[in-house]
Amino acid sequence: MRGAAEAAARIGAALGQRVVVLLIVAVAVFALLEVAKGDAVDAYLAQTGGGDAGYAETLRQSFGLAGTVPDRLFTYLGRLVRLDLGTSVAFGRPVTQVLAERLPITLILMGSALLITSVVGTILGIVASRRPGGVVDTLVITVALVLNATPGFLVALVGLLVFAVMLRWLPVGGIGTIGRAEGSPALDMVRHLVLPVSTLALTYLALYVRVTRAAMIEMAGADMVRTARAKGLGGRRLLLRHELRPALMPIVTLIGVQGSAMLGGSVVVETVFAVPGYGSLAAMAVAQRDTLLLAGVVLSGAVLVVAVNALVDILYGVIDPRVRLAGAAGRG
Amino acid sequence: MTFALSRRTLLASTAAVALPSWLRVPAAFAQTKGGTLVVAADTEPRSLNPAIVASNGVFYVASKVVEPLAEMDYQTGLRPLLARSWDASDDGLSFTIHLREGVTWHDGEPFTAADVAFSAMEVWKPLQNLGRVVFKDLETVDTPDDHTAILRFAVPTPGQLIENALPALTSVLPKHVYADGDIAENPANLEPIGTGPFKFAEHKPGEFYRLVRNEDYWEEGKPYLDEIVYRVLPDASAKSAAIETGEIDLTAFSAVPLTDLARLEATDGVTVIPGGYEGITYDLTVEINHRNPILANVDVRKAIAHAIDRNFIVDVIFLGYARAATGLVPASAEAFYTDDVTLYDFDPAAAEALLDEAGYPRGSDGTRFSVSLRPAPWFNESRAAGDYVKQALQRVGIAVELVSADPGGHIKAVYTDHDFDLAIGTPVWRNDPAISTTVLYQGGLPPGVPFANQYGYDSAEMNELIAAGASEVDPAARVAIYADMQRLAADELPLLPLVEFTFTTVARERVQNVANNPRWATSGWADVWLDA
Repeated sequence: MRGAAEAAARIGAALGQRVVVLLIVAVAVFALLEVAKGDAVDAYLAQTGGGDAGYAETLRQSFGLAGTVPDRLFTYLGRLVRLDLGTSVAFGRPVTQVLAERLPITLILMGSALLITSVVGTILGIVASRRPGGVVDTLVITVALVLNATPGFLVALVGLLVFAVMLRWLPVGGIGTIGRAEGSPALDMVRHLVLPVSTLALTYLALYVRVTRAAMIEMAGADMVRTARAKGLGGRRLLLRHELRPALMPIVTLIGVQGSAMLGGSVVVETVFAVPGYGSLAAMAVAQRDTLLLAGVVLSGAVLVVAVNALVDILYGVIDPRVRLAGAAGRG
Repeated sequence: MTFALSRRTLLASTAAVALPSWLRVPAAFAQTKGGTLVVAADTEPRSLNPAIVASNGVFYVASKVVEPLAEMDYQTGLRPLLARSWDASDDGLSFTIHLREGVTWHDGEPFTAADVAFSAMEVWKPLQNLGRVVFKDLETVDTPDDHTAILRFAVPTPGQLIENALPALTSVLPKHVYADGDIAENPANLEPIGTGPFKFAEHKPGEFYRLVRNEDYWEEGKPYLDEIVYRVLPDASAKSAAIETGEIDLTAFSAVPLTDLARLEATDGVTVIPGGYEGITYDLTVEINHRNPILANVDVRKAIAHAIDRNFIVDVIFLGYARAATGLVPASAEAFYTDDVTLYDFDPAAAEALLDEAGYPRGSDGTRFSVSLRPAPWFNESRAAGDYVKQALQRVGIAVELVSADPGGHIKAVYTDHDFDLAIGTPVWRNDPAISTTVLYQGGLPPGVPFANQYGYDSAEMNELIAAGASEVDPAARVAIYADMQRLAADELPLLPLVEFTFTTVARERVQNVANNPRWATSGWADVWLDA
């Protein structure tokens, strides 16, 4: 019982901390867009053309931009407490509704990219670590680094040109064939997602390769592996249980960190491939000065990152039982 | 005429005389019914109500659903749509519209004069971005019967102006849908209900809009297409890839980079069509802040005009898809255009002489004075023009600091804060000088009115001409007033018109009847069909 109460207190404290972080994020996003020159009405007028003297003022009233900045911030925070994210100026609809439409595709895109990049990166890292400095190692590291150093939009455009335009294997963009559908919708969606997912995955591959490789090389010289080998252990069992398992700790940590970085990388990929996810939404919200929408994207993105990290915490325990035992004593 | 004509615009400007090749569909050719036309869309407007937001982005989708009273036409000037005919009274106080009979809304209700009266009084005049200017003196709309609407004005309003405003400013909304509640919040703004050839079917945000054929359209046998799908493709390269692979049939508004056009033209089954946008011609201008005492000197402005090579902008930046401008009325607007104005040839030596005489000699570092320049960020070409103008002015000794911002920031800086010396602007011509052109010269506007005179220029003579044009009911006299205005503008140079440009459409060859009116991309597409 005492253990459970302690655990609950610990989770409570962790949650409290995260709520404070989210609150700071919300205020910061609001302030940033208020500092930027031009408001939602200016951005709207740039798109729709002019009007007369009273037109901009009428728009400001109907967009809910009439009050002072602190007034609007307090109204916003007041709503936020009730989990109401307000109305998007660019869409003219509730922010939660706009976010909900984009959430599934965002999860699919980032989830599969994260999965592919971590699994493939880990495997390549293991392969490279078998013979440090060998031909395979050099090749893997070089390719991964070149991909890492190439801007995302370039990888995206080259992929588009080669696989969609020249070879015609894959569609140019979107997440489904519209108007000319044939075959199963699920397969159609997979075909549409191949290019955006692999572009996103390739960009982040290098980190996994390098972290895995380093950890594996380090483990290969570790006492426990030497002991295991001395006991006569070898082959796959030694590799997976004794070398890879401890090496997984930094890889899993990386997944937690990369979850948020990928949200940034998806801005470019989603724009090029016309994927209606959080990345393109965030870019649009900034261009439209849609403060509440951007705050909504950032806040729900932050929640996603917090969730991924919670998952990582659990994974730590699965990989290394000592973490579970030590948890109550130190980690928070 | 000293300005140069490019090959492309020569083609376009002769459209009224001999039809350009892409329009010459053999008469005996039978139109195929059916099929889905897939076109690219860059943006998803927050509202699809063209009666409230008269803008190209909205019209591109909504003009197929919600119709105006009349549409522009290459042969007859205007083609009647919901109006059969119209006539203005001699005193300019009333404008009578005879409406088409037997038209129904997409929900089955009959279309009547009450819908026109409601749209005019409750929407165009109080809410519409352009209508607030043109219909400001509209007092009431009489409906003596179900198919006659008489607009009554408080002061004389030129029938010519109202007629020219019919295509863009008179989208008619169904009164029975909008009568109750806040018009701006009506759900039909997102899922429009109109009388047009296509009905709104669905919108998947971030993915597509889908329109389907209106089986009960008033024009017998039309539309030809079963469906129009607008695929949201924000990236320009993705658009050209999609048209190359045939995933989409058409992109409008020069959505494909100009540099891709030659490659696409050479692609099998793809054609580049330069016409169909004359009714929405843009001007590339240098906007000038007269609050800067140096730029308030007309000789300095003339020097700047001489320092810039318009033909370079046409050939290098627009790759020939533009023409040098003589003023803010485009040459394609034959009714109003005059080239009998002062012209400023490219002549850097003359520019330097003018600057010397104005009292701004080159300093020891070769610089006369320095200015900031804000290029409008929304067109590739307006950004590139900023780079060119900077170089051109530096050649005559004017140091230029380029300042970039995104669209929202640019609008605020130039049109509200006046935080600029020079800017590259892109005002649009909308079929009559009084709709969106005279505001660029009119003095005394409050800060915050965009795409208007925020330049600190205020000339009594110019203001009088603008006021006279806005109330002159005799068409010939009105044209003469605007000719005087173009001459005065060329003499005083409150802002510099550089080149006029329209857009191109890239389409698969199987799409027929493309670009067959001067507002094609923003018209109804009832006659568009797909060659099997």
